[in-house]
Amino acid sequence: MAPEQIRALQSEKLVKQVKHVYENVPFYKALMDEKGVGPEDIRGVDDLKKLPFISKAELRETYPYGMLAVPLSECVRIQSTSGTTGKRVIAYYNQHDIDLWEDCCARAIVAAGGTKDDVVQVCYGYGLFTGGAGLHGGSHKVGSLTLPMSSGNTERQIQFMMDLGATILCCTPSYAAYIGETLKEQGYGPDDIPLKSGIFGAEPWTQEIRQNIEELMGIKAFDIYGLTEMSGPGVAFECEEQKGMHINEDHFIAEIIDPNTGEVLPDGTKGELVFTCLDKEAFPLLRYRTRDICVLNREKCSCGRTHVRMSKPMGRSDDMMIIRGVNVFPSQIEAVLIKEGFSCNYQIELSRVNNSDTFDVYVEFLPEQFDDTVKNVAQKEKGLQAALRSMLGISPAVHLVAPKTIARSEGKAVRVIDKRKLHD
Amino acid sequence: MAVKQISVYLENKQGTISDITGLLADHNIDLRSLCIADTKDFGILRIIADDMTRAAEIIKEAGHTFNVREVVCFTVPDEAGGLAKVLRILDEGCVNIEYMYAVIANKADSAHIIARVDDNERTEAILAENGIEVISENGDLN
Repeated sequence: MAPEQIRALQSEKLVKQVKHVYENVPFYKALMDEKGVGPEDIRGVDDLKKLPFISKAELRETYPYGMLAVPLSECVRIQSTSGTTGKRVIAYYNQHDIDLWEDCCARAIVAAGGTKDDVVQVCYGYGLFTGGAGLHGGSHKVGSLTLPMSSGNTERQIQFMMDLGATILCCTPSYAAYIGETLKEQGYGPDDIPLKSGIFGAEPWTQEIRQNIEELMGIKAFDIYGLTEMSGPGVAFECEEQKGMHINEDHFIAEIIDPNTGEVLPDGTKGELVFTCLDKEAFPLLRYRTRDICVLNREKCSCGRTHVRMSKPMGRSDDMMIIRGVNVFPSQIEAVLIKEGFSCNYQIELSRVNNSDTFDVYVEFLPEQFDDTVKNVAQKEKGLQAALRSMLGISPAVHLVAPKTIARSEGKAVRVIDKRKLHD
Repeated sequence: MAVKQISVYLENKQGTISDITGLLADHNIDLRSLCIADTKDFGILRIIADDMTRAAEIIKEAGHTFNVREVVCFTVPDEAGGLAKVLRILDEGCVNIEYMYAVIANKADSAHIIARVDDNERTEAILAENGIEVISENGDLN
Protein backbone atom coordinates (compact mmCIF):
# COMPACT_ATOMS: atom_id res chain seq x y z
CA MET A 1 0.00 0.00 0.00
CA ALA A 2 1.32 3.45 -0.83
CA PRO A 3 1.93 5.77 2.14
CA GLU A 4 -1.05 8.03 1.17
CA GLN A 5 -3.34 5.00 1.07
CA ILE A 6 -2.13 3.87 4.50
CA ARG A 7 -2.82 7.33 5.85
CA ALA A 8 -6.31 7.36 4.39
CA LEU A 9 -7.01 3.95 5.90
CA GLN A 10 -5.68 5.10 9.27
CA SER A 11 -7.86 8.22 9.16
CA GLU A 12 -10.97 6.21 8.41
CA LYS A 13 -10.26 3.73 11.21
CA LEU A 14 -9.26 6.43 13.69
CA VAL A 15 -12.56 8.29 13.36
CA LYS A 16 -14.47 5.11 14.17
CA GLN A 17 -12.10 4.10 16.97
CA VAL A 18 -12.31 7.46 18.77
CA LYS A 19 -16.10 7.25 18.65
CA HIS A 20 -15.97 3.68 20.03
CA VAL A 21 -13.69 4.67 22.91
CA TYR A 22 -15.58 7.87 23.72
CA GLU A 23 -18.85 6.02 23.94
CA ASN A 24 -17.58 2.99 25.87
CA VAL A 25 -14.72 4.11 28.13
CA PRO A 26 -16.00 6.70 30.65
CA PHE A 27 -12.46 7.33 31.91
CA TYR A 28 -11.19 8.37 28.46
CA LYS A 29 -14.39 10.29 27.73
CA ALA A 30 -13.69 12.34 30.85
CA LEU A 31 -10.11 13.00 29.68
CA MET A 32 -11.40 14.18 26.29
CA ASP A 33 -14.13 16.32 27.82
CA GLU A 34 -11.60 17.90 30.13
CA LYS A 35 -9.46 18.78 27.08
CA GLY A 36 -12.54 20.10 25.28
CA VAL A 37 -12.25 17.66 22.42
CA GLY A 38 -15.09 15.48 21.18
CA PRO A 39 -15.26 12.63 18.65
CA GLU A 40 -16.58 15.08 16.04
CA ASP A 41 -13.25 16.98 16.22
CA ILE A 42 -11.32 13.94 15.01
CA ARG A 43 -11.69 13.76 11.24
CA GLY A 44 -8.41 12.07 10.44
CA VAL A 45 -4.82 11.37 11.42
CA ASP A 46 -4.00 15.08 11.40
CA ASP A 47 -6.37 15.56 14.34
CA LEU A 48 -4.70 12.85 16.43
CA LYS A 49 -2.62 15.41 18.32
CA LYS A 50 -5.80 16.88 19.82
CA LEU A 51 -6.37 13.69 21.84
CA PRO A 52 -5.13 13.28 25.42
CA PHE A 53 -2.29 10.86 26.17
CA ILE A 54 -2.58 7.68 28.20
CA SER A 55 0.40 6.59 30.25
CA LYS A 56 1.12 3.78 32.66
CA ALA A 57 -0.20 6.00 35.48
CA GLU A 58 -3.70 6.11 33.91
CA LEU A 59 -3.62 2.33 33.44
CA ARG A 60 -2.86 1.92 37.14
CA GLU A 61 -5.62 4.31 38.03
CA THR A 62 -8.16 2.40 35.97
CA TYR A 63 -6.97 -1.05 37.09
CA PRO A 64 -8.47 -3.55 36.56
CA TYR A 65 -11.52 -2.83 34.36
CA GLY A 66 -11.46 0.95 33.73
CA MET A 67 -10.13 0.83 30.14
CA LEU A 68 -12.44 -1.92 28.90
CA ALA A 69 -14.43 -0.83 25.84
CA VAL A 70 -16.62 -3.92 25.43
CA PRO A 71 -18.62 -5.90 27.99
CA LEU A 72 -16.43 -8.28 29.96
CA SER A 73 -18.58 -11.18 28.73
CA GLU A 74 -17.24 -10.57 25.19
CA CYS A 75 -13.63 -10.94 26.29
CA VAL A 76 -11.91 -14.29 25.88
CA ARG A 77 -8.45 -13.70 27.33
CA ILE A 78 -6.25 -11.50 29.48
CA GLN A 79 -2.49 -11.08 29.33
CA SER A 80 -0.46 -9.10 31.80
CA THR A 81 2.81 -7.24 32.17
CA SER A 82 5.42 -8.50 34.62
CA GLY A 83 4.64 -5.63 36.96
CA THR A 84 8.34 -5.01 37.62
CA THR A 85 7.89 -1.25 37.36
CA GLY A 86 4.87 -1.09 39.60
CA LYS A 87 1.35 -2.41 39.44
CA ARG A 88 0.61 -4.94 36.72
CA VAL A 89 -1.19 -3.85 33.59
CA ILE A 90 -3.93 -6.22 32.53
CA ALA A 91 -4.87 -6.23 28.85
CA TYR A 92 -8.18 -7.71 27.65
CA TYR A 93 -8.85 -9.36 24.31
CA ASN A 94 -11.98 -10.44 22.51
CA GLN A 95 -11.59 -13.01 19.74
CA HIS A 96 -11.19 -10.27 17.12
CA ASP A 97 -8.30 -8.77 19.09
CA ILE A 98 -6.59 -12.14 19.49
CA ASP A 99 -6.82 -12.73 15.72
CA LEU A 100 -5.45 -9.28 15.00
CA TRP A 101 -2.52 -9.81 17.38
CA GLU A 102 -1.70 -13.24 16.02
CA ASP A 103 -1.80 -11.85 12.46
CA CYS A 104 0.79 -9.26 13.48
CA CYS A 105 3.04 -12.01 14.89
CA ALA A 106 2.49 -14.12 11.78
CA ARG A 107 3.80 -11.23 9.67
CA ALA A 108 6.95 -11.16 11.83
CA ILE A 109 7.47 -14.91 11.33
CA VAL A 110 6.97 -14.62 7.57
CA ALA A 111 9.44 -11.70 7.48
CA ALA A 112 11.96 -14.01 9.20
CA GLY A 113 11.50 -16.52 6.39
CA GLY A 114 8.77 -18.62 8.01
CA THR A 115 6.39 -20.78 5.96
CA LYS A 116 4.08 -23.71 6.69
CA ASP A 117 7.10 -25.99 6.28
CA ASP A 118 8.98 -24.45 9.18
CA VAL A 119 9.36 -25.71 12.74
CA VAL A 120 8.99 -22.78 15.14
CA GLN A 121 10.41 -23.23 18.63
CA VAL A 122 8.74 -20.77 20.97
CA CYS A 123 10.73 -20.39 24.17
CA TYR A 124 9.30 -17.11 25.31
CA GLY A 125 7.49 -17.66 28.59
CA TYR A 126 3.94 -18.92 28.30
CA GLY A 127 1.30 -17.69 30.66
CA LEU A 128 0.51 -14.08 31.47
CA PHE A 129 3.53 -12.83 29.50
CA THR A 130 2.57 -11.98 25.92
CA GLY A 131 5.76 -13.38 24.36
CA GLY A 132 4.79 -17.04 24.38
CA ALA A 133 1.12 -16.60 23.47
CA GLY A 134 1.83 -14.09 20.68
CA LEU A 135 4.45 -16.01 18.76
CA HIS A 136 2.59 -19.27 19.40
CA GLY A 137 -0.56 -17.88 17.81
CA GLY A 138 1.43 -16.27 14.98
CA SER A 139 3.13 -19.56 14.20
CA HIS A 140 -0.28 -21.29 14.03
CA LYS A 141 -1.52 -18.62 11.62
CA VAL A 142 1.51 -19.19 9.36
CA GLY A 143 0.83 -22.92 9.54
CA SER A 144 4.26 -23.79 10.89
CA LEU A 145 4.77 -26.69 13.26
CA THR A 146 4.80 -24.97 16.66
CA LEU A 147 6.90 -26.22 19.58
CA PRO A 148 5.33 -24.66 22.70
CA MET A 149 8.48 -24.94 24.82
CA SER A 150 8.10 -21.89 27.07
CA SER A 151 11.30 -20.60 28.70
CA GLY A 152 13.88 -22.46 30.77
CA ASN A 153 15.12 -26.04 30.87
CA THR A 154 17.86 -25.39 28.33
CA GLU A 155 18.82 -29.07 28.03
CA ARG A 156 15.30 -29.91 26.91
CA GLN A 157 15.23 -26.90 24.53
CA ILE A 158 18.37 -28.19 22.84
CA GLN A 159 17.10 -31.75 22.67
CA PHE A 160 13.85 -30.71 20.94
CA MET A 161 15.71 -28.29 18.68
CA MET A 162 18.10 -30.98 17.45
CA ASP A 163 15.67 -33.92 17.38
CA LEU A 164 12.80 -32.11 15.65
CA GLY A 165 14.92 -29.87 13.45
CA ALA A 166 13.63 -26.50 14.67
CA THR A 167 14.20 -23.85 11.98
CA ILE A 168 13.02 -20.67 13.73
CA LEU A 169 13.76 -19.81 17.35
CA CYS A 170 11.64 -17.28 19.27
CA CYS A 171 12.86 -16.05 22.66
CA THR A 172 14.53 -13.13 24.42
CA PRO A 173 17.96 -12.25 22.97
CA SER A 174 19.67 -12.97 26.29
CA TYR A 175 18.16 -16.45 26.36
CA ALA A 176 19.10 -16.97 22.69
CA ALA A 177 22.72 -16.11 23.57
CA TYR A 178 22.55 -18.49 26.51
CA ILE A 179 21.20 -21.33 24.35
CA GLY A 180 23.87 -20.54 21.75
CA GLU A 181 26.66 -20.69 24.33
CA THR A 182 25.30 -23.93 25.75
CA LEU A 183 25.15 -25.43 22.25
CA LYS A 184 28.76 -24.38 21.71
CA GLU A 185 29.81 -25.93 25.02
CA GLN A 186 28.15 -29.15 23.94
CA GLY A 187 30.22 -29.09 20.77
CA TYR A 188 27.56 -27.96 18.27
CA GLY A 189 28.90 -25.54 15.65
CA PRO A 190 26.71 -23.31 13.41
CA ASP A 191 26.57 -26.03 10.73
CA ASP A 192 25.22 -28.64 13.15
CA ILE A 193 22.27 -26.51 14.23
CA PRO A 194 19.08 -26.79 12.13
CA LEU A 195 17.92 -23.20 12.86
CA LYS A 196 17.87 -20.68 10.00
CA SER A 197 16.55 -17.65 11.82
CA GLY A 198 15.39 -16.31 15.16
CA ILE A 199 12.88 -13.72 16.32
CA PHE A 200 14.15 -12.04 19.43
CA GLY A 201 12.62 -9.29 21.52
CA ALA A 202 11.07 -8.24 24.83
CA GLU A 203 14.29 -6.63 26.04
CA PRO A 204 16.92 -4.25 24.69
CA TRP A 205 19.82 -5.80 22.78
CA THR A 206 22.77 -4.46 20.86
CA GLN A 207 24.21 -5.05 17.41
CA GLU A 208 27.05 -6.91 19.09
CA ILE A 209 24.67 -9.33 20.81
CA ARG A 210 22.96 -9.85 17.44
CA GLN A 211 26.27 -10.70 15.79
CA ASN A 212 27.19 -13.02 18.64
CA ILE A 213 23.89 -14.92 18.37
CA GLU A 214 24.12 -15.09 14.57
CA GLU A 215 27.64 -16.49 14.69
CA LEU A 216 27.01 -18.96 17.50
CA MET A 217 24.05 -20.58 15.80
CA GLY A 218 24.57 -19.72 12.12
CA ILE A 219 21.24 -17.91 11.86
CA LYS A 220 19.81 -14.55 10.91
CA ALA A 221 18.54 -12.80 14.05
CA PHE A 222 15.42 -10.63 13.64
CA ASP A 223 14.22 -8.04 16.11
CA ILE A 224 10.57 -7.83 17.13
CA TYR A 225 8.86 -5.12 19.14
CA GLY A 226 5.65 -4.94 21.04
CA LEU A 227 4.04 -4.20 24.34
CA THR A 228 1.19 -5.76 26.27
CA GLU A 229 -0.72 -2.48 26.20
CA MET A 230 -0.90 -2.68 22.38
CA SER A 231 -1.49 -6.51 22.36
CA GLY A 232 2.01 -7.90 22.74
CA PRO A 233 4.88 -8.66 20.36
CA GLY A 234 4.32 -7.99 16.68
CA VAL A 235 3.50 -4.28 16.82
CA ALA A 236 6.69 -3.92 14.75
CA PHE A 237 9.16 -6.41 13.32
CA GLU A 238 12.30 -6.53 11.24
CA CYS A 239 12.45 -7.55 7.59
CA GLU A 240 15.43 -9.18 5.87
CA GLU A 241 17.12 -5.77 5.55
CA GLN A 242 17.53 -5.65 9.37
CA LYS A 243 17.42 -1.87 9.25
CA GLY A 244 14.66 -0.94 11.65
CA MET A 245 11.33 -2.56 12.44
CA HIS A 246 8.27 -2.08 10.25
CA ILE A 247 5.32 -0.94 12.33
CA ASN A 248 2.00 -2.60 11.44
CA GLU A 249 0.50 0.76 10.48
CA ASP A 250 -2.79 -0.68 9.34
CA HIS A 251 -3.44 -1.48 13.02
CA PHE A 252 -1.38 1.10 14.90
CA ILE A 253 -0.52 4.77 14.41
CA ALA A 254 2.95 5.70 15.66
CA GLU A 255 3.94 9.19 16.77
CA ILE A 256 7.19 10.52 18.22
CA ILE A 257 6.82 13.14 20.94
CA ASP A 258 9.05 15.21 23.15
CA PRO A 259 8.80 13.32 26.48
CA ASN A 260 8.90 16.56 28.44
CA THR A 261 6.42 18.73 26.53
CA GLY A 262 4.26 16.12 24.77
CA GLU A 263 4.75 17.99 21.50
CA VAL A 264 4.71 15.84 18.33
CA LEU A 265 8.14 15.77 16.68
CA PRO A 266 8.85 15.42 12.95
CA ASP A 267 9.90 12.03 11.53
CA GLY A 268 13.60 11.38 11.94
CA THR A 269 13.73 13.08 15.34
CA LYS A 270 14.55 11.11 18.46
CA GLY A 271 11.76 11.08 21.02
CA GLU A 272 9.23 9.01 22.88
CA LEU A 273 7.16 6.56 20.87
CA VAL A 274 3.38 6.88 21.21
CA PHE A 275 0.89 4.35 19.80
CA THR A 276 -2.79 4.49 18.96
CA CYS A 277 -4.71 1.23 18.44
CA LEU A 278 -6.88 1.45 15.32
CA ASP A 279 -8.66 -1.89 15.32
CA LYS A 280 -8.57 -3.32 18.80
CA GLU A 281 -11.99 -3.52 20.37
CA ALA A 282 -11.69 -4.68 23.98
CA PHE A 283 -8.69 -2.67 25.18
CA PRO A 284 -8.21 0.08 22.61
CA LEU A 285 -5.68 2.56 23.95
CA LEU A 286 -5.39 5.92 22.21
CA ARG A 287 -2.08 7.82 22.25
CA TYR A 288 -0.41 5.46 24.69
CA ARG A 289 3.04 6.67 25.80
CA THR A 290 5.43 3.71 25.54
CA ARG A 291 8.36 5.42 27.32
CA ASP A 292 10.59 3.97 24.60
CA ILE A 293 12.92 6.49 23.01
CA CYS A 294 13.37 5.93 19.27
CA VAL A 295 13.31 7.40 15.76
CA LEU A 296 10.85 6.77 12.88
CA ASN A 297 12.13 6.33 9.35
CA ARG A 298 9.72 6.79 6.40
CA GLU A 299 12.30 6.10 3.70
CA LYS A 300 11.30 3.40 1.26
CA CYS A 301 12.60 0.01 2.38
CA SER A 302 14.18 -2.22 -0.24
CA CYS A 303 12.20 -5.21 1.06
CA GLY A 304 9.11 -3.67 -0.55
CA ARG A 305 7.14 -3.06 2.64
CA THR A 306 5.79 0.48 2.83
CA HIS A 307 5.09 0.57 6.56
CA VAL A 308 7.18 3.05 8.54
CA ARG A 309 10.24 1.68 10.34
CA MET A 310 11.11 2.38 13.96
CA SER A 311 14.66 2.20 15.26
CA LYS A 312 15.55 -0.15 18.06
CA PRO A 313 14.57 1.68 21.28
CA MET A 314 17.62 3.67 22.42
CA GLY A 315 16.55 3.75 26.01
CA ARG A 316 13.45 4.32 28.03
CA SER A 317 12.35 7.64 29.28
CA ASP A 318 11.70 5.85 32.60
CA ASP A 319 14.89 3.71 32.42
CA MET A 320 16.75 6.86 33.06
CA MET A 321 18.66 6.78 36.33
CA ILE A 322 19.42 9.95 38.17
CA ILE A 323 22.78 9.41 39.83
CA ARG A 324 24.32 12.26 41.82
CA GLY A 325 21.91 14.49 39.95
CA VAL A 326 23.05 13.34 36.49
CA ASN A 327 20.76 11.57 33.99
CA VAL A 328 22.22 8.21 33.01
CA PHE A 329 20.82 5.62 30.58
CA PRO A 330 22.03 1.99 30.65
CA SER A 331 22.37 2.23 26.84
CA GLN A 332 25.12 4.86 27.29
CA ILE A 333 27.09 2.44 29.46
CA GLU A 334 26.61 -0.31 26.90
CA ALA A 335 27.94 1.95 24.14
CA VAL A 336 31.14 2.63 26.14
CA LEU A 337 31.65 -1.07 26.88
CA ILE A 338 31.43 -1.94 23.18
CA LYS A 339 33.75 0.89 22.17
CA GLU A 340 36.36 -0.03 24.78
CA GLY A 341 36.31 -3.72 23.87
CA PHE A 342 34.67 -4.96 27.05
CA SER A 343 32.04 -7.65 27.47
CA CYS A 344 28.42 -6.51 27.29
CA ASN A 345 27.60 -8.56 30.35
CA TYR A 346 27.43 -5.89 32.96
CA GLN A 347 25.42 -4.83 35.94
CA ILE A 348 24.93 -1.43 37.50
CA GLU A 349 24.50 -1.20 41.24
CA LEU A 350 23.28 1.97 42.88
CA SER A 351 23.18 2.53 46.59
CA ARG A 352 23.27 5.38 49.03
CA VAL A 353 25.88 5.83 51.73
CA ASN A 354 25.74 8.89 54.01
CA ASN A 355 23.13 10.49 51.74
CA SER A 356 25.28 10.32 48.66
CA ASP A 357 24.87 7.95 45.72
CA THR A 358 27.30 5.13 45.14
CA PHE A 359 27.59 4.00 41.53
CA ASP A 360 29.23 0.66 40.79
CA VAL A 361 29.58 -1.00 37.40
CA TYR A 362 30.41 -4.71 37.29
CA VAL A 363 31.73 -6.01 33.98
CA GLU A 364 32.84 -9.51 33.07
CA PHE A 365 36.57 -9.59 32.37
CA LEU A 366 37.30 -11.31 29.05
CA PRO A 367 40.26 -13.71 28.78
CA GLU A 368 41.64 -11.78 25.77
CA GLN A 369 41.85 -8.61 27.88
CA PHE A 370 43.83 -10.26 30.65
CA ASP A 371 47.57 -9.95 30.92
CA ASP A 372 48.86 -11.52 34.12
CA THR A 373 49.76 -8.52 36.22
CA VAL A 374 47.96 -6.48 38.85
CA LYS A 375 49.01 -3.39 36.90
CA ASN A 376 47.17 -4.60 33.80
CA VAL A 377 43.92 -5.17 35.68
CA ALA A 378 44.16 -1.80 37.39
CA GLN A 379 44.82 -0.11 34.02
CA LYS A 380 41.78 -1.78 32.45
CA GLU A 381 39.58 -0.68 35.35
CA LYS A 382 40.91 2.86 35.27
CA GLY A 383 40.62 3.08 31.49
CA LEU A 384 36.99 2.00 31.57
CA GLN A 385 36.25 4.33 34.46
CA ALA A 386 37.71 7.26 32.52
CA ALA A 387 35.74 6.37 29.38
CA LEU A 388 32.52 6.12 31.39
CA ARG A 389 33.26 9.42 33.12
CA SER A 390 33.77 11.20 29.82
CA MET A 391 30.48 9.76 28.48
CA LEU A 392 28.36 10.27 31.59
CA GLY A 393 29.93 13.16 33.40
CA ILE A 394 30.16 11.17 36.61
CA SER A 395 32.60 8.50 37.62
CA PRO A 396 31.53 4.99 38.59
CA ALA A 397 33.60 2.47 40.53
CA VAL A 398 34.47 -0.21 37.98
CA HIS A 399 34.83 -3.84 39.01
CA LEU A 400 36.06 -6.52 36.64
CA VAL A 401 34.47 -9.82 37.56
CA ALA A 402 35.09 -13.37 36.41
CA PRO A 403 33.26 -14.58 33.28
CA LYS A 404 29.72 -15.88 33.70
CA THR A 405 29.40 -14.45 37.21
CA ILE A 406 26.81 -11.86 36.22
CA ALA A 407 23.47 -13.59 36.30
CA ARG A 408 22.11 -14.36 32.84
CA SER A 409 18.48 -14.84 33.45
CA GLU A 410 16.44 -17.00 31.19
CA GLY A 411 13.95 -14.18 30.96
CA LYS A 412 14.94 -10.52 30.97
CA ALA A 413 18.49 -9.47 31.86
CA VAL A 414 18.68 -7.45 35.06
CA ARG A 415 21.04 -4.58 34.31
CA VAL A 416 20.32 -2.20 37.15
CA ILE A 417 20.10 -2.94 40.84
CA ASP A 418 18.96 0.16 42.66
CA LYS A 419 19.24 -0.22 46.44
CA ARG A 420 18.67 3.45 47.15
CA LYS A 421 15.02 3.05 48.15
CA LEU A 422 14.15 6.43 46.66
CA HIS A 423 10.46 5.59 46.56
CA ASP A 424 8.28 3.95 49.15
CA MET B 1 63.04 -21.54 26.11
CA ALA B 2 61.41 -20.44 29.32
CA VAL B 3 59.01 -22.10 31.72
CA LYS B 4 55.25 -21.79 31.08
CA GLN B 5 53.03 -20.31 33.78
CA ILE B 6 49.23 -20.03 33.96
CA SER B 7 47.67 -16.95 35.55
CA VAL B 8 44.03 -16.99 36.56
CA TYR B 9 42.00 -13.88 37.37
CA LEU B 10 40.07 -14.41 40.59
CA GLU B 11 37.55 -12.28 42.35
CA ASN B 12 38.18 -11.66 46.00
CA LYS B 13 35.58 -14.13 47.24
CA GLN B 14 35.69 -17.11 49.50
CA GLY B 15 36.35 -20.39 47.75
CA THR B 16 37.74 -19.14 44.45
CA ILE B 17 41.26 -20.53 45.02
CA SER B 18 40.02 -23.89 46.17
CA ASP B 19 37.74 -24.04 43.11
CA ILE B 20 40.80 -23.96 40.86
CA THR B 21 43.04 -26.23 42.91
CA GLY B 22 40.15 -28.68 43.32
CA LEU B 23 39.49 -28.63 39.59
CA LEU B 24 43.14 -29.43 38.83
CA ALA B 25 43.26 -32.12 41.53
CA ASP B 26 40.17 -33.76 40.01
CA HIS B 27 42.09 -34.04 36.76
CA ASN B 28 45.20 -35.35 38.45
CA ILE B 29 47.31 -32.31 37.65
CA ASP B 30 50.33 -31.94 39.91
CA LEU B 31 51.31 -28.39 40.84
CA ARG B 32 55.00 -27.42 40.85
CA SER B 33 54.49 -23.93 42.18
CA LEU B 34 51.75 -21.56 43.20
CA CYS B 35 51.70 -17.89 44.04
CA ILE B 36 48.95 -15.34 44.57
CA ALA B 37 49.06 -11.62 43.92
CA ASP B 38 46.25 -10.08 45.91
CA THR B 39 44.57 -6.69 45.98
CA LYS B 40 41.46 -5.38 47.69
CA ASP B 41 39.06 -6.60 44.99
CA PHE B 42 40.77 -9.34 43.07
CA GLY B 43 43.66 -11.77 43.02
CA ILE B 44 45.83 -13.33 40.37
CA LEU B 45 46.69 -16.97 40.93
CA ARG B 46 49.90 -18.01 39.18
CA ILE B 47 50.63 -21.67 38.84
CA ILE B 48 53.12 -23.96 37.18
CA ALA B 49 52.07 -27.57 36.71
CA ASP B 50 53.60 -30.71 35.28
CA ASP B 51 51.26 -30.86 32.27
CA MET B 52 50.62 -27.28 31.26
CA THR B 53 48.72 -28.03 28.05
CA ARG B 54 46.11 -30.08 29.91
CA ALA B 55 46.01 -27.67 32.84
CA ALA B 56 45.27 -24.79 30.45
CA GLU B 57 42.55 -26.79 28.68
CA ILE B 58 40.86 -27.64 31.97
CA ILE B 59 40.92 -24.05 33.19
CA LYS B 60 39.65 -22.79 29.83
CA GLU B 61 36.80 -25.27 29.81
CA ALA B 62 35.76 -24.13 33.27
CA GLY B 63 35.34 -20.66 31.75
CA HIS B 64 37.97 -18.73 33.71
CA THR B 65 39.71 -15.56 32.63
CA PHE B 66 43.32 -16.71 32.38
CA ASN B 67 46.44 -16.58 30.29
CA VAL B 68 49.53 -18.65 29.68
CA ARG B 69 52.91 -16.94 29.43
CA GLU B 70 56.56 -17.82 29.56
CA VAL B 71 58.49 -16.78 32.64
CA VAL B 72 62.16 -17.07 33.50
CA CYS B 73 63.11 -19.69 36.06
CA PHE B 74 66.52 -20.13 37.65
CA THR B 75 68.11 -21.85 40.62
CA VAL B 76 69.87 -20.08 43.49
CA PRO B 77 71.77 -21.59 46.42
CA ASP B 78 69.73 -21.73 49.65
CA GLU B 79 72.04 -19.49 51.67
CA ALA B 80 72.16 -15.92 52.90
CA GLY B 81 72.72 -13.60 49.95
CA GLY B 82 72.10 -16.34 47.38
CA LEU B 83 69.29 -14.45 45.68
CA ALA B 84 70.75 -11.00 46.26
CA LYS B 85 73.81 -11.91 44.23
CA VAL B 86 71.78 -12.99 41.23
CA LEU B 87 69.52 -9.96 41.39
CA ARG B 88 72.53 -7.68 41.41
CA ILE B 89 73.74 -9.35 38.23
CA LEU B 90 70.34 -8.85 36.61
CA ASP B 91 70.22 -5.25 37.77
CA GLU B 92 73.60 -4.59 36.23
CA GLY B 93 72.30 -6.16 33.04
CA CYS B 94 69.40 -3.66 33.14
CA VAL B 95 66.74 -6.42 33.41
CA ASN B 96 63.40 -5.10 34.56
CA ILE B 97 61.47 -7.46 36.86
CA GLU B 98 57.66 -7.19 36.89
CA TYR B 99 57.19 -9.72 39.67
CA MET B 100 58.92 -12.77 41.09
CA TYR B 101 58.46 -15.52 43.63
CA ALA B 102 60.49 -18.39 45.07
CA VAL B 103 59.88 -22.12 45.30
CA ILE B 104 61.92 -24.43 47.49
CA ALA B 105 63.58 -27.03 45.30
CA ASN B 106 63.62 -30.76 46.08
CA LYS B 107 67.34 -30.70 45.47
CA ALA B 108 69.10 -29.96 48.74
CA ASP B 109 70.31 -26.44 49.47
CA SER B 110 68.70 -24.63 46.59
CA ALA B 111 65.58 -22.71 45.63
CA HIS B 112 63.96 -21.89 42.32
CA ILE B 113 63.14 -18.32 41.46
CA ILE B 114 60.38 -17.57 38.96
CA ALA B 115 60.27 -14.11 37.47
CA ARG B 116 58.41 -12.19 34.83
CA VAL B 117 60.90 -9.92 33.11
CA ASP B 118 60.84 -7.57 30.16
CA ASP B 119 62.99 -9.80 27.95
CA ASN B 120 63.19 -13.54 28.61
CA GLU B 121 65.90 -14.40 26.11
CA ARG B 122 68.27 -11.67 27.18
CA THR B 123 67.74 -12.47 30.87
CA GLU B 124 68.42 -16.16 30.34
CA ALA B 125 71.56 -15.33 28.41
CA ILE B 126 72.85 -13.11 31.23
CA LEU B 127 72.10 -15.83 33.80
CA ALA B 128 73.85 -18.51 31.73
CA GLU B 129 76.90 -16.29 31.19
CA ASN B 130 77.22 -15.96 34.95
CA GLY B 131 76.98 -19.68 35.56
CA ILE B 132 73.51 -19.62 37.05
CA GLU B 133 71.33 -22.66 36.32
CA VAL B 134 68.37 -21.76 34.10
CA ILE B 135 65.37 -24.11 34.02
CA SER B 136 63.71 -24.20 30.63
CA GLU B 137 61.30 -27.11 30.87
CA ASN B 138 58.36 -27.30 33.26
CA GLY B 139 59.25 -30.91 33.99
CA ASP B 140 62.69 -29.85 35.27
CA LEU B 141 61.18 -27.70 37.98
CA ASN B 142 61.38 -29.96 40.99
